[in-house]
Amino acid sequence: MSLKDQTCIAGVGLTDYGRRGDFFEIGSVPKIAEALDRALEDSGIDRREIDGFCSYSVDPNDPSRLAPALGIPNINYSSLVFGGGGGGTCGAVANAAAAITAGLAEVVMVYKTITQPPHARFGASYGSAQLAANPLTDFHRPFGLISPVQFFSMIFRRHMHLYGTTSRHLAEVAVATRTHARRNPKALMQAPLTLEDHQESRLIADPFRLFDCCQENDGGGVILVTSAERARDLAQPPVYIMAGAQGGSAEWGQALTSQNASDEIYATAGHAHLAKRLYAMAGVGPEDVDVALLYDHFSGLVILQLEDYGFCERGEGGAFVEDGGLLWEGGRLPVNTHGGNLSEVYLLGLTHIVEAVRQLRGTSTSQVEGAEIALATAGPANLPTSSLLLRR
Amino acid sequence: MSLLSELASLHPDSLSSPFWDACKKRELRLQRCADCGAFRHPPLAGCPSCASTRDEWALVGGRGRVYSHTTIYHPALPTVADEVPYNVVVVEFDDAPGARIISNVLDAEPEEIHVGLELELHWDDCGDGVVLPRFKIAQK
Ligand SMILES: [Zn+2]
Repeated sequence: MSLKDQTCIAGVGLTDYGRRGDFFEIGSVPKIAEALDRALEDSGIDRREIDGFCSYSVDPNDPSRLAPALGIPNINYSSLVFGGGGGGTCGAVANAAAAITAGLAEVVMVYKTITQPPHARFGASYGSAQLAANPLTDFHRPFGLISPVQFFSMIFRRHMHLYGTTSRHLAEVAVATRTHARRNPKALMQAPLTLEDHQESRLIADPFRLFDCCQENDGGGVILVTSAERARDLAQPPVYIMAGAQGGSAEWGQALTSQNASDEIYATAGHAHLAKRLYAMAGVGPEDVDVALLYDHFSGLVILQLEDYGFCERGEGGAFVEDGGLLWEGGRLPVNTHGGNLSEVYLLGLTHIVEAVRQLRGTSTSQVEGAEIALATAGPANLPTSSLLLRR
Repeated sequence: MSLLSELASLHPDSLSSPFWDACKKRELRLQRCADCGAFRHPPLAGCPSCASTRDEWALVGGRGRVYSHTTIYHPALPTVADEVPYNVVVVEFDDAPGARIISNVLDAEPEEIHVGLELELHWDDCGDGVVLPRFKIAQK
């Protein structure tokens, strides 16, 4: 038994995007309500049909308060994927699919908002004393290793050492992503970006430069999942959930903050274990994927995920992205056609799933002709992380 | 004043205190399975190789090697604004295969640090009972 093709994403809704801190005073529930209204309108579902709630990343919006505030009468299922950051996005959708397949719920809303207070931004989350001084952070915090970009920079540095990957490869990812963002009117980053602009931008944590890092902003989204049977009668063409995978191999574990993954997998995104399970459940391989929405908190992690998901051999991710390899038209594989976390908006991975849905409906602003199968991934980090394969 | 002094505080628990207590004695000790001998770090209650919960704290020699590294230019917190640029290294040891620690190389320029660079241990007494294992480039 598997959840393959049993359920569909029937509706998606995103809030307008704000700068970091813009929505802090408004709060997360009104932003979830805004996204939900748009998802309901998109799908043609009545809010009273929703009976399941899935989220991730330590979301504080408990369904017991959220459901009544949204006018939803029943809570028949709820779950939260472990972990912080954007690792659980796809896992939350997979939980929704599993609950519906098992008959626990009929319509599940997957939700997440970012309404950051000024003093607790993600980028410094391992550093500030009140948030993160504990026995585990003692092994990196006193040495000044205090933010995600710094941890990831060391993983990518090792990849450069082993395979000759370069800063220019990082620039290729940043430029292709910006090219897509400039075709998406909603994207926050609209200025042109060249390889040279990237090479001249300031170093943040060597080898990562400014344009290798995603933005931080406010916003939110809701994804509605229901049975395939129900989805076929709704407003949008159904987008089938072919497969979901969540977790990783234990030897990755907390590899990001511990820097102690085994030598075989240290210089990876930690997603190879998920890729294997995902392709097996879906019964397809990397050659069948038409468009990939790869979580891009940092440009280098796109290169590592290309390898983990088998689009190229280990160590060949750099060559794969050369000469516009990720462009929506003429690339080896269209990647992050919405503009990604780097250049569209950073919503903890929700927008990658939403863009996969758009591609499979044929409504992307950088539409891949005839796209039938899309891969969406959640953030490489400490486990669990997750991914989805979707089809039209 | 030592490097990154604003961050030099420790919060040991029963799992991690053997590591930090050893540091106070200027000894680098890493957790090793008492049954199968596999090293692990940071400390874990059980062995990832054999699931044994019997452990010992093995004395590790002072020579290490850079496994990976970064130089940090953007201060993630205001408290390190005066410290940038500073390096962070992941260090491996011949006598503790499978375990790496995170540290810094003192008195080194960014361009001097590379994967494979040989290091020697340098104990950094930061005061208030905090003694951190840091490194210097090994003299041949
Ligand atoms: Zn053992």
